[in-house]
Parts: sequence; structure tokens; C-alpha cells
Amino acid sequence: MSLVVNFSLAYSRILVISFYQFGGYTMQMPTPDAKVLSRKAGIVARLQEVLPRDAVISDEMETRAYECDALTAYKCPPLAVVLPSSTEEVAAVLRVCHNMGVPVVPRGSGTSLAGGALPTADCVLLGVARMNDVLETDYENRFIRVQTGRTNLSVTGAVESDGFFYAPDPSSQLACAIAGNIAMNSGGAHCLKYGVTTNNLMGVTMVQMDGTILQIGGKHLDAGGYDLLGLICGSEGQLGVVTEATLRILPKPEGARPVLMGFDANEVAGACVADIIKAGVLPVAIEFMDRPCIEATEAFAKAGYPMCEALLIVEVEGSPAEIDEQLALILEITRRHNPVELREAKDADEAGRIWLGRKSAFGAMGQINDYMCLDGTIPVSELPYVLRRIGEMSKEYGLDVANVFHAGDGNMHPLILFDANKEGDLELCEAFGADILRLCVEVGGCLTGEHGVGIEKRDLMVDQFAPADLEAQMAVKDVFDPAWLLNPAKVFPLAASESRRSVALAAE
Amino acid sequence: MRPETEAELADMIASASAPICVRGGGTRGVHLEGGVLETGGLSGITLYEPGSLTLVAQAGTPLAEIEAALDAEGQRLAFEPMDQRGLLGTSGEPTIGGVVAANISGPRRVSVGACRDFMLGVRYVDGAGAVVKNGGRVMKNVTGYDLVKLMSGSWGTLGVLTEVSLKVLPKPETAACVLIDGLSDADAVQAMAKALGSPFEVSGAAHIPAGLNGHPVTMLRLEGFAGSVAYRADQVAGLFGGMAVRVERDPDAVAKGWAWVRDVDPFHAQPGDVWRVSCTPTGAAVLASKLGAEALLYDWGGGLIWARVPEGTDLRSRLGAFDGHATLVRGSGQAKFQPDAAPIAALSRGLRARFDPKGILNTGLMG
Repeated sequence: MSLVVNFSLAYSRILVISFYQFGGYTMQMPTPDAKVLSRKAGIVARLQEVLPRDAVISDEMETRAYECDALTAYKCPPLAVVLPSSTEEVAAVLRVCHNMGVPVVPRGSGTSLAGGALPTADCVLLGVARMNDVLETDYENRFIRVQTGRTNLSVTGAVESDGFFYAPDPSSQLACAIAGNIAMNSGGAHCLKYGVTTNNLMGVTMVQMDGTILQIGGKHLDAGGYDLLGLICGSEGQLGVVTEATLRILPKPEGARPVLMGFDANEVAGACVADIIKAGVLPVAIEFMDRPCIEATEAFAKAGYPMCEALLIVEVEGSPAEIDEQLALILEITRRHNPVELREAKDADEAGRIWLGRKSAFGAMGQINDYMCLDGTIPVSELPYVLRRIGEMSKEYGLDVANVFHAGDGNMHPLILFDANKEGDLELCEAFGADILRLCVEVGGCLTGEHGVGIEKRDLMVDQFAPADLEAQMAVKDVFDPAWLLNPAKVFPLAASESRRSVALAAE
Repeated sequence: MRPETEAELADMIASASAPICVRGGGTRGVHLEGGVLETGGLSGITLYEPGSLTLVAQAGTPLAEIEAALDAEGQRLAFEPMDQRGLLGTSGEPTIGGVVAANISGPRRVSVGACRDFMLGVRYVDGAGAVVKNGGRVMKNVTGYDLVKLMSGSWGTLGVLTEVSLKVLPKPETAACVLIDGLSDADAVQAMAKALGSPFEVSGAAHIPAGLNGHPVTMLRLEGFAGSVAYRADQVAGLFGGMAVRVERDPDAVAKGWAWVRDVDPFHAQPGDVWRVSCTPTGAAVLASKLGAEALLYDWGGGLIWARVPEGTDLRSRLGAFDGHATLVRGSGQAKFQPDAAPIAALSRGLRARFDPKGILNTGLMG
């Protein structure tokens, strides 16, 4: 197994090109089923019988538009693409594919950083983009029901003029679809207070691979029997295609205010985060940036950040007086850690400038170099130790790391900087990234906090799970999709799932 | 059977061929045929990091021990698990494993989430005797399927929990309760929806048609820092001009009042079956009127109806088809859990067959 796959990657376009040049493209995908490939015309004809003409794409030039998601290092045009407009059409497509033994890869907006929507040559790619209606809005019971092709931000957009919002806010929220959010159990910057997708999902309409339409959960709380909703959320499109979702919406807080604090060491900033949490304040966001990141964003966005080793942006919510009360406590704790800078936003303009640099961080890093973005999560108490170790490893490897992440919940996004045009730099970067992820697991954390496994971390699952742990998860797929036709090459190492996938093939 | 280690438990289950009744503290009213397997030997807090808001404990750890440890650090289990001893007339010490297995949540569920929402990881022994882990001890984790949610609320039918990992939260500095007297059930449901739809972070919304003095009372809880609670209590009270509104500002009295709601105190030592109905909040009053109940208590803004009905009542036929589910908490003669629609039931059966291939774990529970 190549080190290339040993960590969470989000490649810039520049990197992708050099990636191929270095010959690092090693992620295995199953050999396409020759029988399926040879029956393409018949499969397309059957799909055209159950869908409107413009909802089936089989021309090889056109299917290329769907050859990858945001993990652009890996590309493969699907056999065909279908764009159904209703749950019934999704069911019809799945019945056809089920009967003909054709794998199906579901796709929301294709923003997965983990290759969750990467097609295989023998698959029908099922996109839900045409299903983006709001079906029901109920403020008294605080939910919205939508078709899952709707984008995350437009869910909030549908309710914000009435004073409500949908809490999960992945950074791709302008583009990413609710379908993908549910598949990956997406998070965002405000998880510390509001939770991730699974904590804000009340019900789904889901179509099983054999075309069975299920209603799970609804406008009430909790499951009457097994918590299938919890099982489906985060199952990466392997258990069914979710076509409609009932989402919890919340009344917007009266206001929010950030405070910016600078420190002369990463460890001190990490210790300050732990102390704030221990003191009983629950900020809505705690964002962390270190020196390389501060320098890059200053050069790029000129937000007026202090030049220091570590910077925190802590935001609290409520009425002006409530914000004052929380910030007083936060500032008192911060002062005990001898900050080199402590800046409270006095008005909306200052608040905007405090957030400006953080929000431009990824763009700024892309300006100065190639980078890889990791997604491991660690216990918050380990922040000082992990940051120190990353700093030491950075010296050993001779590569800079810019740390920018959600410090409150321990979800790290270290960005390793390297020069794709410099021979050997990529390999060095890969080894470094692998070491950081090992460190995350070592201190009690995990491989991926919000991006998902997809194909990218698939082969690393054995490092976090014992065979019995993986067996239990695969047994769930056996129950929902006995023929292993839905997104079968994802999540589980191919060797671990091989016997199941080959049985499915033999049964055709 | 009372294993002292996870390995011992795994051996017992691997070699078992007859039904096993899994028991934590024995306070949740589960009586099944089969040899009793007590988890009390698997006890103790494995890890507690207040700065990470994380606690890991063996499944048989008494809930009281966990709550004491959290209290010492000014933290708590935010989902407010109810104590069912008074309602069910059981004795014994509730365990954290029992709380998780039954997904026990209290009044705060409406604002912060259920027990399952605070679950970060599990270790369990499945029905074949295999030790399985899922999730972990960090707050954001999407590595593989979320079996943590599946195990929470599966009542020991898919595996025997050996260790659970939970997100904990700071205890607020203080609490207050806005009380509205004399509302009809329908008006109370409307009032609770209004309060929960406000930006004032109401952390509990309950209505008791016959309160301590026999008259209806609607309760709206605010928690947090002192200044904030005072402000929000006034704001919430202000939403209900023209109604008989009082504000209770003594945190001890507030805690007592909400423990009374959480544990459904008014039903204790009263005859009849007790049902728990999860429904769409604003439909609660109409739904409850169909039940022929001798006593009612609304929690979660109406999303949870507690109903005390004559013994043997077929509550589900009175409810008819509705968005939600009914669970028989006390009584017999009816299925404890709401029967699922056919395709869901098929999936549940499939999962059970995979996780408990010998069909020995809490047989007869959950369909």
C-alpha cells in the first residue's frame, strides 16, 4: 500500500498534475465487471424506459462531467448517469439496476474530499441534483422537510427570513447537498454547540437498492425501535439513496460576537481552549490558527492579525448583556495565559475583520504553496501535546505545517505545505501526513472527523478497527444491500469486502 | 452470570445456547425468560477528561457514581436520564449501560438531544461472543458506520455493552422556571411551541394538566449564567402577556420541579398502565384526547406524552395512525415497542439475526 493513501488529502489542482507525474496514483479500485460493461446499451435502454429522456446520460463525453468529486486525484467516468426528479424515479432506477446487477454510486453535489462519489466504470451514477424542493416548513414544530439535492446553505436560506437556521455548516455549504451531508454525517464550525448532521436529522425517505421505499423517523423525536436513522447517517451512500430529509431548524440567536486572542506558543493556546471549556462556557465556535497560517492570511487578506505563534477566535452568542457576561469570563481565563493580543469586537465591522482572515485561510495557503489538508480528530486535552509533536515533526521533515482548525471539538485540519515541483517533496509530505494521522489515533482520536472515509481512507480502516469491528459494520450492509451493489468500493478495504462483493457478482 | 471482565463475558456468551436476560441495575422493568446476566461486575470510570468534555466508563458503572464524578468537576450528563424506580416500583442501582441500552433521556432532550446524541463510542459483545468496538472518545468521528447510535436504545438485543464513551457538558451556574397557570392542553402546547421557537434557549417545556395543587401548570426552563438566566426568564415570561405567569428563580426549587417531571412523579404509586408516546408536538393535545387517559403529562413541548390508562388498554388502537410511536413503559398485555412497518421490521429482523445469530439476547424484547 502506498503512503499516498495514508492520510486525508485535499489536493489543489496543481498538486493533482504533479501527483500523476510522480506516479503516485495507486488507489486500487475493483476491476470493472466485464459483463456489465458489455451490456451497456441494454442497461441504458432500460433506464430510458423508466426516466424522462433528458434524465439519462450515456454519451462518453457527457459522463465525463461526473468522473470525479472534490478528490480530483481520482477520476473514472461512469457507465451512465441518471438524474431522477422524484423518489419514485429513484426507486425505478434502483429496481432496474438491482435486477440487472449493476452497481450504483449515489451523488449529491460531488463535493466529497474523500472520493465518496467517485464512480467506477461499471456503475450507474445516480445524482439527486434535480431534487431540490422544500416540501414543508413548520416553525411551530421546528423542522423543515426538503428533497436531498438541495444545498446546505439554501436550507437556511429558506427559513432565515423567519428567524430560523439549519445548524450544520460544512465549509462547502454553498455547494454541498443535504444528501451528501447525510451520507457523510457532515460537521462544520459550530458543532461544539449544535452537533453534526446526525444530531439535526429527524427523518428520511430512503430507497433501498431493490427499490423499496422506506420512511424512517419523521416529525417526532427518537426511534420507536432500532435507531436506523442513526445508522443511515454517515453510511456513505452504502445502505440506500436518501431522497427526502426532515431537518431540525433552530431559532436564530439574538446576536454573536467574536474575540481574537494571540499567544506566543501553540501549547499555550491549546491550554487556554481546555481551560475555557472546563470553566463552563460553551462558545459557539473556537477556531485556531498558527503562525504560518497567520502570516499567509495576513499577506492575502490583510485582516490586521497580530504576528504571533497562535491565534484563537472565540465566538459566543446571545443578547448583548449575555455576550458580555460570557466574554468577561473568557477574557479573565485568557489573561491568565498571558496573551500577546486580546481584541474584542466592538461592532459588526470589527467582528467581520476578526473572521476575515480565518475565512480566507484556505485560499491564502493555496496562494503560497501546494498543501495537503488532514482531517483527524483528537481529544481536546491532547491539543498542546499534538501541536508540539507536529511542530517537532515539522522540523524533522523540513516541511512547514499551517494549523487551522475547529479547536473546540478537536477536529484538526493541519495543512502540510510542500513544493510539488521539487523532487522528493511530495513523498516527504506523504510520510509526514501519515505520521500526523498515526499521532491522532495514538492519542485516542480518529482518522476522519467530518470528511468521511470514501476511497481515500478506505485502506486505513484496518489501522483503526479490528477485523471483528469491520465485520459488524459490513454485516449491516449485508442486511440493507445483500448484493453489495450500492457504492460497493468505498469505506471498507477491498480485501475485507472482497468475499461479499464477489458473491454478489457470482450470483448474477 | 456475573462476569468481571469483558473477556469473561465474551466467553460466557460464546458458549451460551439458551436465552440470556441482560441486566444492568434491573431498574428499567425488563422481565424476560432466560438466565440473568448481570453487568455489575464490569464497573468503574475508565477515563474522565473534563477539558475534553469526555467520560468513558464500563457499562455496569452505577449512574450515581458517574453523576458524582461529573458533579465534582461542575459537569453533567446533559440529556438528563430519568430514574424509573419510582414509576416502575423497582429497586437497585441504575447503571450507565442500562441508560444507554434504553436510550433514556429526560426533559432536556428537546433542546440538547437524546442519550444517543451524547454517545461517542461503545464496546460490546455480540450474540456470538465477539468483542466489537465502534466510535471512540472524540466529538467528531465519521470513520466507518455509526453502530454507536444503533446500539443506543437497542435494549441489549444486539449485544451486551461493556464500555460506553460519552460527551458531557458543563453544569450551568443557575436555572429559573417560567410557570403559566391554568392553560388548557391545547393552549399549553401552543405556548410551549412559542417559547421553544424563541431565541431564549428554553431547555425544558412541560405541561401538567393536574399539577401539585390539582390545577394545570405549564413549565418553561432556562439555564445558564446568572445574568443571562434572569434576562431570558423575563423575556420568556414577556411572551405570555395576559396569562397567569410566574417566575421561579430559586435553582433548588427549579431542580426539584424538573426532577418531578423527569421521573413522572405524579404517576408513582397510581394504578394502571403507563405509556410514553413520541409525536409531533403541536398535535399532542388532539392525540392525547383520544387516549381516555386517567392522567397525562406533556414533556418536550408536547413531543412526549406520558399517559396513565386503565390496565390492559390497547392504547395503539386508540392512537390510530400518527407520526410517532408509543412504548408501554409499565404494564403488560401489549407489545412494549411500537410495531414497525413491514420493510423496517424486515431490516430490524435482519440486523438482529446478524448481531445475535443464536437468538439468545433478551429474546422477546423489541419484536
